[in-house]
Amino acid sequence: MPTIVVEVMPKAELLDPQGKAVAGALGRLGQTRSALANVTGVRVGKRFEIAIDGEADADVLTAVRELADTVLSNSVIEDVVGIHVQDAPSSAVV
Amino acid sequence: MRIGVVTFPGSLDDRDAARAIRLAGADAVALWHGDHDLHGVDALVLPGGFSYGDYLRAGAIASLSPIMTEVIDAANQGMPVLGICNGFQMLTEAHLLEGGLIRNDQGRFICRDQGLRIENNASAWTSGFAPNAEIVIPLKNGEGSFMASAETLKALEGEGRVAARYIGGNPNGSLNDIAGVTNARGNVVGLMPHPEHAVEAGFGPDTDDAMASGTDGLTFFTSVITQALIAR
Repeated sequence: MPTIVVEVMPKAELLDPQGKAVAGALGRLGQTRSALANVTGVRVGKRFEIAIDGEADADVLTAVRELADTVLSNSVIEDVVGIHVQDAPSSAVV
Repeated sequence: MRIGVVTFPGSLDDRDAARAIRLAGADAVALWHGDHDLHGVDALVLPGGFSYGDYLRAGAIASLSPIMTEVIDAANQGMPVLGICNGFQMLTEAHLLEGGLIRNDQGRFICRDQGLRIENNASAWTSGFAPNAEIVIPLKNGEGSFMASAETLKALEGEGRVAARYIGGNPNGSLNDIAGVTNARGNVVGLMPHPEHAVEAGFGPDTDDAMASGTDGLTFFTSVITQALIAR
């Protein structure tokens, strides 16, 4: 079943308090795990996976693009940073 | 005068808003998010809370509720609409007000009595305040940091559409200390702090006179009632 993936991030120029909190925790881990010592920042966004029946054709993608801009994101505070199609819902990285 | 209060899944302050409306001297009418019916009310309050658990974005899913079709139509025709906290977030998501709200800059939920200056006393909900009145009402939210593009911010400031500003320190990183804004017509107002929790002596913020005696929030509700009487 085709899955349309929409990725949304907080606008780069706005503070991302959630990312900042995660970065703070990674910074603390970096004190004991040297591989994390070079982490300079974290931003937290959202990933939507929209499952559809049938083909993800141009009409469907246009409609999803509009949905991404008007509902899945708020252009005052967020940017849509990616829309792509994959064959199935995502599964764990192995 | 009949003022509707819309209850959404996850609204918390709908009953406090209804009580504030009654204490101010109007009838409070309970409205339901799933209806397409405003029951003939003269004004509307979108109350605070955590509609849909703040999923997607605070206020975003509620802004797509069935009743919002009627709320948006009524607002565009000039009906007074006050959005408090989550209600303010809904009004920005519904594009009835400009700007947006993000997580507080220091990452904490804030719950405290907050000083405000009323910057615009010409709106439907602030007309009872003296120019630049300084008031104290509760602030309680996790996503109250007001954001807008430089262009929007300039327009809001230039056209006097900042309804209220934080004083005594910026609690959450809001641009220009903005606590509330109004639309150009002045009928739609959004506020992050909660006037409905400061309407009855004994249950409001502390004042110099007595503990919990602050009732500064009542004026938002009496303002809209007075305006309606003048218009009649």
